Formats: sequence, structure tokens, C-alpha cells
Amino acid sequence: MTNLLDIQNLTIRFKGKRTVHAINDVSLSMKQGETLALLGESGSGKSVTLKALLGLLPPKRTDIAGSIHVNGTDVLSLSGKALQRYRGGEVSMVFQEPALALDPVYTVGHQIAETVMRHKGLSKEDALSTALDMLDRVRIPSANRRLNNYPHELSGGMRQRVMIALALACRPKLLLADEPTTALDATVQIQILLLLRELQKEFGMGVIFVTHDIGVAVEISERVAVMYAGQIVEEGTTREIIRDGRHPYTRGLLAANLHDVARGERLNAIAGSPPALEAKPDACSFAPRCPRALSACREALPPMITPSERRRVGCLRADETLAAE
Amino acid sequence: MSATDYAPKPDTGGPAQPLLIVKDLQKHFPVRGGLFGRTQAKVQAVDGVSFEVKKGETLGIVGESGCGKSTTAKLLIGLTEKDRGEIIFDGLSLGQRLPLKDLRKGVQMVFQDSYATLNPRLTILDSVAFGTKVQGLKDPNGLARKMMDRVGLNPNRFAHRYPHELSGGQRQRVNIARALAMSPRLVVLDEAVSALDKSVEAQVLNLLNDLRAEFGLTYIFISHDLNVVRYISDRILVMYLGEVVEVAPVDSIWKSQAHPYTRSLFSAMPSMDPDNRTQEPPLAGDPPNPINPPSGCRFHTRCRFASDVCKSDAPRLDGLAQNAAHMVVCHLYDAASGHPRAGQGIPA
Ligand SMILES: Nc1ncnc2c1ncn2[C@@H]1O[C@H](COP(=O)(O)OP(=O)(O)OP(=O)(O)O)[C@@H](O)[C@H]1O
Ligand SMILES: Nc1ncnc2c1ncn2[C@@H]1O[C@H](COP(=O)(O)OP(=O)(O)OP(=O)(O)O)[C@@H](O)[C@H]1O
Ligand code: SF4
Ligand SMILES: [Mg+2]
Ligand SMILES: [Mg+2]
Repeated sequence: MTNLLDIQNLTIRFKGKRTVHAINDVSLSMKQGETLALLGESGSGKSVTLKALLGLLPPKRTDIAGSIHVNGTDVLSLSGKALQRYRGGEVSMVFQEPALALDPVYTVGHQIAETVMRHKGLSKEDALSTALDMLDRVRIPSANRRLNNYPHELSGGMRQRVMIALALACRPKLLLADEPTTALDATVQIQILLLLRELQKEFGMGVIFVTHDIGVAVEISERVAVMYAGQIVEEGTTREIIRDGRHPYTRGLLAANLHDVARGERLNAIAGSPPALEAKPDACSFAPRCPRALSACREALPPMITPSERRRVGCLRADETLAAE
Repeated sequence: MSATDYAPKPDTGGPAQPLLIVKDLQKHFPVRGGLFGRTQAKVQAVDGVSFEVKKGETLGIVGESGCGKSTTAKLLIGLTEKDRGEIIFDGLSLGQRLPLKDLRKGVQMVFQDSYATLNPRLTILDSVAFGTKVQGLKDPNGLARKMMDRVGLNPNRFAHRYPHELSGGQRQRVNIARALAMSPRLVVLDEAVSALDKSVEAQVLNLLNDLRAEFGLTYIFISHDLNVVRYISDRILVMYLGEVVEVAPVDSIWKSQAHPYTRSLFSAMPSMDPDNRTQEPPLAGDPPNPINPPSGCRFHTRCRFASDVCKSDAPRLDGLAQNAAHMVVCHLYDAASGHPRAGQGIPA
């Protein structure tokens, strides 16, 4: 069976007044029906990776190299009608910002029905009943009435659930979710995560879930990839990453969480700031902030160390035992 | 950043005067309904909300999506017009002795949706400097660059970019820098850090703590991340369906949540253990329709402890017997309520 997703050496540059090397040589694969959480620094390229997967980056202002295959389809070669069919049909996305996905001038029912009609060729009536069913499934209270609401009439959390309904309405093979639960309270968030887990099994779809919350990653995904400065610096099962994160950035991220910190105590932010991304990295991008950096880390790209199958760490010192610290 | 960069309006009411008093705030949004789309129904977004925020205090607000947190915040800064109620800022009542434009000088808000609140045609530097330019402050660009630096956005790298050229977390920091550049005394942060990764979040929380220590800033901090709310807040206020259901010092509520809704909310925090994931959501059922909220206690349709009195009578806010500062709205704690467990609280 072909992989659900194969990204090979993806490199993305934004051209403008200043060039931004947003994605630098990213490779990633996923099997059918797998769930992957994408963690990482703000600005590390998580959203750009998802946008590339959807063919959403403006071709005029972006240079893309490498390849992306979803279910065997060469995504970067798609355009026009084929791209539209793929987008929202095969792969769909739940955005970080509801403002980007929901059109303020149409009711939410209309928007979901419209998508279903376009992709599945349903009649208006059937499409509206699918829309109603989807709103129910994401637990929108009084869904019937909400069909006729405009996005601005919904609370932030409800807008987010409408987006999820919109994304799932065409039963995609791969769902891209960009922090879809950050705007939800804990009780609704856990309901949505359990719901996504359920629908994911039912539809057999793959999920890439961008989150900043390690707890959310634990609840939703079997696997985790950690990004830093446009690269994947570590990948493994959720268990491996949580219990035995090897990359110093991953460790910093785990240490910055607030679980056991006393009120008002200074938090452990990772010192320094991420690199400018103005040039393609030729050494470890994390070295300037890394407490364990050696001079070799500043001289060449670190090797990708693979402690076990489908486990990788982009750090020169990943093989050293933790006790040696 | 020095004291001259941050120059909030001077205190007038003295330290004992709460910076903010909110009394019986109400907002009902009309919605289209009925045969001819006449407005008949009303969403009871905020219904009789009262609280105080002391000077230098941080009040955390939590609650279910749609319970009225953002509406409360917008009412506070006069962005949404209230139907009823009073807002008293440092002793002056809004609309009486305090004109809206004076209130806005003292209060800044950071919104939930970072994309919608930035002008796409302004560069980041212009966005951050905009407010201070309007106020006629000296060197608004210099101040804007300093603020950007403080929230971890290198001005050399970001000043000339446009909002769409930033990541979500970077945009949210622009919003924070823009609010702080105005030297407010009260900052209302609505999900201001939820788009940030944990390390940048830590950096911003450290900054908020520093500013509070240095300039006695007061915050209202709305967030779904209970760990963040616990860390930053002195007191936590819990809302359900437009009403306050519990308000308590953070240590007290963290140890033991009195209201049944609050208890479900706290037990819904994601597991940190891959071998022990959540199987059942702790709060089942749909949130009731805010157009037609349940009678009596609004939580009774989903509460495990509901009895007849909960359906008929609305409970009142009262301090707990063992800690008067820990206030709750629930018949379980009122010995005279007529609930079978009146005065006993939630069973252990
Ligand atoms: N259109 C664009 N033009 C120029 N630079 C861009 C553009 N879009 C994104 N970038 C830059 O590319 C980098 C990656 O951005 P991306 O949105 O993928 O970050 P992210 O990992 O999703 O961060 P966050 O967690 O804050 O959402 C950032 O440094 C960002 O500033
Ligand atoms: N302009 C509006 N017109 C009609 N109804 C509105 C309007 N703004 C908000 N509402 C409704 O008021 C209620 C409270 O919304 P609000 O945005 O204050 O909730 P919230 O607690 O901030 O939720 P979230 O945590 O999801 O952001 C919701 O039922 C919402 O649908
Ligand atoms: S008043 Fe009754 S229904 Fe309301 S929370 Fe207390 S026990 Fe539950
Ligand atoms: Mg992003
Ligand atoms: Mg809100």
C-alpha cells in the first residue's frame, strides 16, 4: 500500500524585500490512517508546511523545491481544476484563524453545503442535510438554528467547530489541523479531541495536528514531529518524545511547560531567539541557543541519528546517554 | 525599557480603591427569528455579571466557549454597548464622570483573533506605533521598536513586514506590543498567549509579570489554558452561560473546585500520559441554548447533583463556610436552599 504522505527534501523560500528560508530540507512520511502531531517554535514553519501540502502558497512569491505526494498524487504539479478537486476533497484543512476559512457574508450552513455540492455533486437539499449532520457531529448546540448564522454571530469556539465540520464534510483522506482547539475551553477541547479520534478511526483518515500543547498531542496523536527553524529536528512516537525527547530543543520545550511551576516564579523560556532564516542553514540552527552545543555543531549540519525504526533526531549528541549531561 | 517608556496615567483613587468594579453587567444580542425574520429572540450573552479587580491584581476568567467571556471584555472597554449595569474605573463611573475616551486611555485589550485585528495594509512597525502617534507621543517609532523587542520580535527583522508575512504567534506578539505601547493601567488579554509556543509563551508571561512588578499593572486574563491561568492569576472567575458561577483565590480553587461545572472543567485538562489518555469527556451533553437558558440554576440540565430546587430557584453568590473569599453560586453550599445535600457541598 502506498504511503498516505511522502514529503521529500521540501525546501520553501519566500521572496520579497528579504528572502525567508521558511522550510529547509524537510522529509516526512505517514502511513494511511496515522495521526501525527507537529510541535515547534512559533515561526518554525508548521503552518507553511501545511499550506504547501494544500497547494496554497502563492507561486509568484515562493520558491518550492523537493516533492510532496499524497496517496501517490504529486501535489506540487497540480493546478487549476485538479488542484481544486484535491483541495477540500482529498485533503482539507482546519485553520489557526477562523477568519481565513469562513466567509463573513455567507451563513455557515450555506458554506458547508456549498463545499459538499462542489466536491460530491449532491443536490442542495442533500448538501444542507449533510451540513446539519456535520454541525451536530461537532456538537454545535441547536445546530438547526446555527445553520442560518453568520460566522460573526458565533463565539470563537463555535466558529472553530464550524471549521472542523466544514473540513470533514467531504470525508478527506488527510486532515490538516492547524491548532484547531487552541480557542476552545478544556471541556469542549477534550470533546473535540475525542470526536476527532472517533471520526479519524471511522473515516480511516490521516491527521496532521499542529499544536503547542503537549497534552493535546498526547490525546490526539500516535506520533510527534518537532520543528525548529524550518526543519524537523526530531520524530518518534508520542511516548518516545514525551518520555525520552533527545533533541535539546525538544527538551527545552518540555521544560518550558507550566505544570509544576509556582505562581509568579520565573519561567524557563529557552534563552535567545530563533535564527533569522535569511540564509539556508549550514550548521545546527539551534546551536546559538543550545546549552549542549559543541564547536562542531556550529560548523556543519548535524547528522540525522536514527536510534530505532522511524525514530530520528537531528543532533550531534543525540546518541550520548542522558546521564552524561 | 525604562520608566519613561512606560508612563501610565497616575492613580487617582488610592490603593484601596479597586481599579475596576463591574456591577450587574448585561448584554443580550438580538437575533433574527420568526417567520419574517423579525428580531424576537435574544442571546443572553452576559447576564448580571459583577466583579471587582484590585489595583495590581490579575483576575483570570475561564469558562465554556460561548459563555460570554469575550463579550464581557468588550463591554468593559465600551466596544460593545451594554444593556444594563455599571462599569467603574478607579472610582469613576463610565458614561457619567468618565467619558469613553478617557477609559480607553487607561485600558487596552489584546484580542483573541490576531489576524482580524491587524490592518493588513500597515507594516508591523506602523501598527505598533499607530496608537501612540494618534496620542501625539514623542518618538512613537522608537517606542514601538522597544516594545517589539520586549515581546521577542527583533525590530530589524520584523518592522517592515506585513501581517500576512508573519506566523500566528508572531502576529499575536504584535498585538501585545501594540497594547503595551499605549501604557495602559489595565490590560484585558483575551486568549492572548494561546497561539504562542510554550517557550515564547513563557517569555511573554515573564514580561507581563515584570511589567506588573515595575508599574503595578492590572490584568484581566481570559484563557482556556488552565495551567496558564493558574500561573498568572491571583483570583479566578468562572463563567457559565452568561453568569458568574464561582470566583476564588487561585490556590483555593486549584485545590478544590466548589461548583460542579468548575469541577468538570478542571478535570477536562488533557492527560500528559500517552498510556492513560482520556476516554470519556467529563462533561457530557450540549451547552444549553443561550436564547432560552434553563430556569433556576443554569447548569442544572448537565449537573450530576441537580435536584428539584435547582430547576426552580436560582442560587446566589455566597462565600464558602470555611473560606469566605471563595465564592460560589450553587445550592449545595447554601444550608437553607432545600437541596437534599444543602450545606454539604460536592461529595468527596
Ligand atoms: N508569505 C510570507 N512571506 C514571508 N515570510 C513568511 C510568509 N509566511 C510565513 N512566513 C515566515 O515563515 C516562517 C514560518 O511561518 P509559519 O507560519 O509556518 O510558522 P508556524 O510554525 O506556523 O508558527 P506559529 O506557531 O506561530 O503559527 C516564519 O518566520 C514566518 O514569518
Ligand atoms: N455580535 C453578536 N451577535 C449575536 N450573538 C453574539 C454576538 N457576539 C457574541 N454572540 C453570542 O454571545 C455568546 C457569548 O459569546 P462570547 O464570544 O462572549 O463567548 P466566549 O466566552 O468569549 O467564547 P469563546 O471561549 O468561544 O471565545 C455566544 O452565544 C455568541 O454566539
Ligand atoms: S445549584 Fe444545583 S444544579 Fe446548580 S450546580 Fe449546584 S447542585 Fe448543580
Ligand atoms: Mg502557525
Ligand atoms: Mg472569546
